[in-house]
Amino acid sequence: MSKNTNSTHTDAFYKEKHKEEMKYQVITFAMMIIFTIIAFGLVAGGFSKYFTIPVILVLAAVQFLFQLYYFMHMNQKGHEMPALMIYSGVFAAILTILALTTIVWW
Amino acid sequence: MTHDEMLRSDNLPHEPEKATLEGKNKFLGFWFFLGGETVLFASLFGTYLALKNSFGSEEGVPTTELFGLELVFIMTVLLLTSSLTSVYAMYHMKNHDFKKMQLWLGVTVLLGAAFLGCEIYEFYHYVHHYEHTFTAHAFGSAFYTLVGFHGAHVVFGLSWILTLMIRNARRGLNLYNAPKFYVASLYWHFIDVVWVFIFTVVYLMGKVA
Repeated sequence: MSKNTNSTHTDAFYKEKHKEEMKYQVITFAMMIIFTIIAFGLVAGGFSKYFTIPVILVLAAVQFLFQLYYFMHMNQKGHEMPALMIYSGVFAAILTILALTTIVWW
Repeated sequence: MTHDEMLRSDNLPHEPEKATLEGKNKFLGFWFFLGGETVLFASLFGTYLALKNSFGSEEGVPTTELFGLELVFIMTVLLLTSSLTSVYAMYHMKNHDFKKMQLWLGVTVLLGAAFLGCEIYEFYHYVHHYEHTFTAHAFGSAFYTLVGFHGAHVVFGLSWILTLMIRNARRGLNLYNAPKFYVASLYWHFIDVVWVFIFTVVYLMGKVA
């Protein structure tokens, strides 16, 4: 029954690996909660808007990457196509937002 | 191994969600769809930013007075936590533990429903106390289109996960439904990603400026 022993070994290996992943995901969650509290705290604290707005936008961008790479597993192998697709989306998204916000200047 | 044995839950391979060609295709196709969704939401965000506090000739309440941070903070924590519980569900799926996966998906659905309840209360409050309606002015239209569209995504995500849970309750986990659960959880995370930008750009920036 050497085949069965082998599969228990691989099972144990993957279980351990999944546990490791979960640990990082829980850390990610804690960081996102902290970032959220900082962002709300900055706004509630009434700091200058030229300081607050860039900082909360950066915090949002970092949370976006956390979700993508840890919660949506983009840090794992075989995610080249997903990365291409989501970043093409982000590229078009930035252009769209720039176009729509600058068009109202005049 | 016969085809039937392959599909049974006690013989699942590593990463059951990507073990079949169908699963791989669903995975790639879904990321393609998420790229498109990003652009769709960007156009709504752009519209909102362009029309923020535009009341035209109508009377209206500006963002600084309209929004309350407490409720939005609770909603943010609810949705963020539901994102974590759906990660837990996928963790149990990878360990081929169907019951625990169902349990955590159930928690995800409950948290999502709580989020939705808060959002409905919020909209009700705006309409009845501030006369901030969809048709009142350009700002109202842009606001409800953006936030409401996200809310509709939450409704769709909840129904999707619930349907999967009920339809597969007695089947257990197999190679046929593992990709479905995986893709639904990706969708749920994406909803949270969009919310991160909504609470930052709409509520927090609205409160500052």
